[in-house]
Amino acid sequence: MTSLYEEIPAAPPADVPTRRVTITVNGDRRTLDIEPRLLLSHLIRQGLQLTGTHMGCDTTGCGTCTVLLNGRPVKSCTVLAVQADGREVETVEGLSSAQQLHPLQEGFKQEHGLQCGYCTPGMMMAAKALLERNPNPTEDEVRWALSGNICRCTGYQNIVKAVLWAADKMREQEG
Amino acid sequence: MYPSRFAYEAPATIGEAVAILDRSGPEAKVMAGGQSLIPMLKLRFASPERIVDINNIQGLDYHRLDADGSLHIGALCRHEDLEFSQVIADSHPTLYAAAAVVADPIVRTRGTFVGSVCHADPQGDWAATMIALDGRIVAVGPNGRREIPMKDFVLGPFTNALAYNEIAVEAIIPPAKGEARGGYLKLERRIGDFATASVAVALDMDGDVVRRAGCALAGVGGKTIDANEAISVLVGQPLTADSMAAAADAVAAAADPRTDHRGSADYKRHIVKTFVTRILSTVASTEQKAA
Repeated sequence: MTSLYEEIPAAPPADVPTRRVTITVNGDRRTLDIEPRLLLSHLIRQGLQLTGTHMGCDTTGCGTCTVLLNGRPVKSCTVLAVQADGREVETVEGLSSAQQLHPLQEGFKQEHGLQCGYCTPGMMMAAKALLERNPNPTEDEVRWALSGNICRCTGYQNIVKAVLWAADKMREQEG
Repeated sequence: MYPSRFAYEAPATIGEAVAILDRSGPEAKVMAGGQSLIPMLKLRFASPERIVDINNIQGLDYHRLDADGSLHIGALCRHEDLEFSQVIADSHPTLYAAAAVVADPIVRTRGTFVGSVCHADPQGDWAATMIALDGRIVAVGPNGRREIPMKDFVLGPFTNALAYNEIAVEAIIPPAKGEARGGYLKLERRIGDFATASVAVALDMDGDVVRRAGCALAGVGGKTIDANEAISVLVGQPLTADSMAAAADAVAAAADPRTDHRGSADYKRHIVKTFVTRILSTVASTEQKAA
């Protein structure tokens, strides 16, 4: 199904070699036949229709396409989908259950951590990776961890506050 | 953007990877972290027929300090592995300083030290540290293994000395002759941008006397600038105001910057001089405190 790019029809021509991969996305194991040149970002957005992950610069600069690959943040426009074979991908859709927002989502809401919202999925996934490694970060550490993610609206102040809010909340829940 | 079509293999051993490269000819390309190669594929600066992805090869993600003091960095050691490494923090100040400023934190989870050196970007941080530290690359090909000193490894911009059927499997940094000191400073307009100027300095200190001095520059020439000879004025004596000033002048003279939108040639040369002075002054003040 997913040899699909914006400009390429859904089914690849029969003579295009594909590769069978098994990728766990937000807990669901998916077996897919994909072209090796398919980018992870394209698989997520077009192939799996998980459009929470955004495409921004498409040149490894902006970070809005950030997802977790085996728990570490990656720019999904700069990873081949075949490289996720046998590995786990988590996108922004994996953060919340139907009933409950993730503390990061709640934090962005409480602290007004977004305006247009385009960078937000990448910010949240980069922040999630930070908080898993460092549950009690300083403001500087938050800024450092988000320095690969660009926001053109907020000036970052409220994004940083949102992540610190989430860190507090998560420590409360743990403790 | 997406790459042009390529055949893809993800072998499980180095031997298998070398065999694929050997039978594929020069149109195959090794991929480690892919943080430079994938953008180049997407921009169609590179259109290899075959990608040999080494990420499934076990046992290449190490970095370790051997008993003799030599540091070994495997081909799948990511930038962030070095950034968060206690071994590097304790033993290699130049590498430790550079690890925190390579690209941005997300690129650092994926990109590799050895891959960056192989990419031979004149702006590359790690190539500069490798020259300053007199490192070498271990290559494996159909005829076995060979070591290539850094000065022979980078042939020009984006061109390294590997044959088409060889893989760089490890970088080696030789043991320091004494205490390893030094640093890495980089000026960039924003995180993730190409450097306006970067300076790597590595000193081996015997008490307060400099036993060996290494230096390399990125962003201020058509290739990584080897300033080892320029900084060798420091060798054989303690760091003094005079010797540090002489070294900073000599290194700045070795830079070959061009005026562009990041600054004038004079400005970049001035930055190089300032960065050398800062790194050396920091080392000198640490030595004084220790004494």
